Amino acid sequence: MNEGRKEIFQVVIVLTGLVFLVKLFFIQVVSSHYAEMADSNAILRQVDYPFRGLIYDRNGKLIVYNSPEFKLEVLLKDVRNFDSAKFCSVFSMSRQELRKAFKDMKGRKEFSPYKPTVFLDQLSNADYARVQDYLDEFPGFYVQARTTRAYSTTALANTLGYVSEISKTQLEKDQQRIYRQGDYIGQSGIEAYYEQQLRGVRGVRFKLRNVKGIIKGSFKNGAYDTLSIPGEDLVTGIDLNLQLYGEKLMRGKSGSIVCIEPSSGEILALVSGPSYDPSLLTGKQYSSNFKLISSDTNKPLFNRPLMAQYRPGSIFKIAQAMTALQEGVITPDTRITCDRTIINCHGAHSYEDLRGAIANSCNPYFHNVLRRMLNKGEVNDPYKDTRIGLSEWDKHMASFGFGKPLGIDLPNEKGGQIPSPEMYDRAYNNRPWKFSNIYSIAIGEGENLVVPIQMANFAATIANKGYYITPHIVKVVGTSGKPLPAYLEKHYTTIDSSYFRIAADAMQLVVEAGTGQYRAKLRDIVVCGKTGTVENNPPLHDHSVFIAFAPRVNPRIAVSVYVEDAGQGARAAASIASLMIEKYLLGKTQRQWIEDYVLIGDFGDKDN
Amino acid sequence: MRREDNISGTLDWPTIGLYFLLVLMGWLNIYAVVYDEGTHQFIFSLSLNSGRQLIFILASFILISGIVILDLRFYEAFAYVLYGIIIVLLFLVPIIGKEVGGNKAWLGVGSFGVQPSEFAKFITALAVAKYIGSVGFRMDSMRNQMMLFGLIGLPMALILLQKDTGTALVFTSFIFVFFREGMSPFLMIVGLCAAVLFILTLLIPNQLYLHGAILVILILLIAFGKKKVKRILLLTFGAIIIMGVIESVDYVITDVLKPHQQNRIKALINPDADPLGFGWNVTQSKIAIGSGGFAGKGFLRGTQTKFDFVPEQSTDFIFCTIGEEHGWIGSLLVIGLFVTLLLRIIYLAERQKNRFTRVYAYSVVSIFFFHFAINIGMTIGLFPVIGIPLPFFSYGGSSLWGFTILLFILLKLDAHRGQVLQRI
Repeated sequence: MNEGRKEIFQVVIVLTGLVFLVKLFFIQVVSSHYAEMADSNAILRQVDYPFRGLIYDRNGKLIVYNSPEFKLEVLLKDVRNFDSAKFCSVFSMSRQELRKAFKDMKGRKEFSPYKPTVFLDQLSNADYARVQDYLDEFPGFYVQARTTRAYSTTALANTLGYVSEISKTQLEKDQQRIYRQGDYIGQSGIEAYYEQQLRGVRGVRFKLRNVKGIIKGSFKNGAYDTLSIPGEDLVTGIDLNLQLYGEKLMRGKSGSIVCIEPSSGEILALVSGPSYDPSLLTGKQYSSNFKLISSDTNKPLFNRPLMAQYRPGSIFKIAQAMTALQEGVITPDTRITCDRTIINCHGAHSYEDLRGAIANSCNPYFHNVLRRMLNKGEVNDPYKDTRIGLSEWDKHMASFGFGKPLGIDLPNEKGGQIPSPEMYDRAYNNRPWKFSNIYSIAIGEGENLVVPIQMANFAATIANKGYYITPHIVKVVGTSGKPLPAYLEKHYTTIDSSYFRIAADAMQLVVEAGTGQYRAKLRDIVVCGKTGTVENNPPLHDHSVFIAFAPRVNPRIAVSVYVEDAGQGARAAASIASLMIEKYLLGKTQRQWIEDYVLIGDFGDKDN
Repeated sequence: MRREDNISGTLDWPTIGLYFLLVLMGWLNIYAVVYDEGTHQFIFSLSLNSGRQLIFILASFILISGIVILDLRFYEAFAYVLYGIIIVLLFLVPIIGKEVGGNKAWLGVGSFGVQPSEFAKFITALAVAKYIGSVGFRMDSMRNQMMLFGLIGLPMALILLQKDTGTALVFTSFIFVFFREGMSPFLMIVGLCAAVLFILTLLIPNQLYLHGAILVILILLIAFGKKKVKRILLLTFGAIIIMGVIESVDYVITDVLKPHQQNRIKALINPDADPLGFGWNVTQSKIAIGSGGFAGKGFLRGTQTKFDFVPEQSTDFIFCTIGEEHGWIGSLLVIGLFVTLLLRIIYLAERQKNRFTRVYAYSVVSIFFFHFAINIGMTIGLFPVIGIPLPFFSYGGSSLWGFTILLFILLKLDAHRGQVLQRI
């Protein structure tokens, strides 16, 4: 009876043992999933945030530094007996806000109940002091210390840029997976451009802890811990006093001031008006302030020195003059009648040589000069001849740095526009065009577009007699003692150095006896400058433009000033440029009436 | 006739060796669970579970001596008396017992308590053995079968009243014994089919598929079998019953089972659905075991073990410690030892000439096997979480003593197998 039932027992027992061993083999030996889960269970990974690099001005004044900030992280699987009413009262938030915070956190892609996740961001020092005594009542919540940016000045906002939490799209673009959700990243200005140098390297500490989240010591005595490495400090070429003075002069105006040290290409001041206080875009109030600033109709986030494209106006005549000299179509002594039938002019003059034409900003003179350049008669067809002439003209213009971004160490730099034959082909739909169609570029109007930084760089190029170093904000990166390699290279123009002396002579004449004599002349300093009045769309008034460098011998500063909707270049822009030069070279200004004139900001009859 | 004082020579020493090995390993693992690097508490410290477990182990040696010294005839003669006493105790537990961990299963004075349900196992085994071994017992008699189910059903029902479902389920393992003693396998097959169907219903979200499959099988069976009316009717009737079972599973899950029991079954089907809630035990248990790798993290080096990630780790989830600290090799050793012990007891059972002893031996095998299979199965996620201990490993006096008595009564009976008159 019951034969074989003993064997069934034996088989079932042995089979059960085998099934267990196979299953165990899979979860213990084959799969590494469980080992990883165990690590995330028992090993708490604490990020040691690095200090972001500091930013100094050229005289060693600290501009940007770090101030402590705390964020609340939560490890959801450790949360026990969560008392939401108490939490709300401790962290002074409403029930809706709390619910939203949980929802936001769970909505994030990398959210996991097994990893610490940011719950509340940007607790200030005061917040932290208030809540730290209650933290032990909320198991699973931890405070992480890190730093946020702080500014010693209200100036320079657009140059410095701001830092904020990395966005979703930025995180997706981060191929090397350097950043995590919640990390800070430079979003504009040098914070963005030098992000790689400023950010430093994060450190990690591994802590062992039990199921209640209580730390039981470091993992393997810290063998896997790494210290954070602070970011590299940056020394800018900015002269903070000059910058502040420039921002004071630009208050209530739209436009820009760019000051460059010609010999090095270092930017001494970069003023964009209107601006904002950089401290507004840090810490807890970042998002609300950002909304406010970015929706301001005056566009304070629009960095005019780099992004505003204007027609160059009369200051472009200097570039025309040097190009014509290089092409050999005129000499410094060439005189041309001021024939106002085709193109209008201003002031009392009739038959000037080159220096006189620049000093008086004679429009017919440069109309004639450009015709000589574009129509050299190399071929009989006037259309083809213009084409050849324009291509040569383009080459010279490009060598001054016009028509493309200079490559300054700030994001979003615009390039302006220098018309080329191809561009006119497109504009005229491939119908023929010749000089009479395009002559307005002779006086810096028409299809020319430049950016204020290009005009300052142009002034620096004249000061250097033929070359420029790409303008840059940062003169020293970290401990290298040097700027980035691109900012050590000299860019030579296609113009012979001797012609720059003629341009400088003319510019000196402008200030001493020409359009700039009333407001740009300084008692002790030889200033070389050129006014410009750029046509604007009515009913708005012309833009007031001035470029200059000083002193004539061994120039130390080159300036471009654009004041929008302010009338003649000889008024607002010339005044501001000369004040900046005076301030930088003498450390003080001696002409109170000019300063008051600028600060009051009533620049007279703007339409003349 | 052998002399009583020569008993040690005839005890089955391989089984005793296995017993001591398992108890020792269990004790060390309990120490590993409570071990805290910071405090340097000694394994003997009475403030630790390991220290108390040592007391329980020493006490079980006294029990062993008692069992061996006691006259052989006592166990068979007093089987029903003991059964009567334990039934009374089980009946009293819900009334005067104290509640520990949600189950009202403890009888005690002051801080000392025992779980009568742990002792009910060996006593029921004795009673069942005595009944099957009695003169005139026939497995094919309906009346005798009813009696048998009554014998195991009564303690089971009383333990269910204590809300200790796990221990109550252990009594179903007696069905294996009945099967060995000649009961038709029909009951076991039906039970197995029901279990498979139950799991299938849970796994396949749309029950229409299941119904469809059953209909297809029914049609195939009718088409390719003998086409007798009686057979077709029988098959159709069977199919309807099966479909009824499927429909009722959903009802059982949502309306009959308690929420925590529903969750345990849900956790088995999909432990990742709520790893922090009802899936916590199984998830954490698998993490602990899985992180052990091939060779384990080493004795006292388990991070999951040490830092209390697995609940009830000293008791029901003690296997996690073995898996984590000793890896697959350690699991192989423990599972190997259990399989060896079970096979050894079957060997002992089969060499009995006395039916009482053989039935008792198979009861021991069935109970151990049930604990072994369900306990390890639940820690690695093959069975739902049913709170029953791993014999000799899990912390606790009552369970250790219960298993010790269960095993050593068998060894005592086996030692005297030549003395007893054959009754079959």
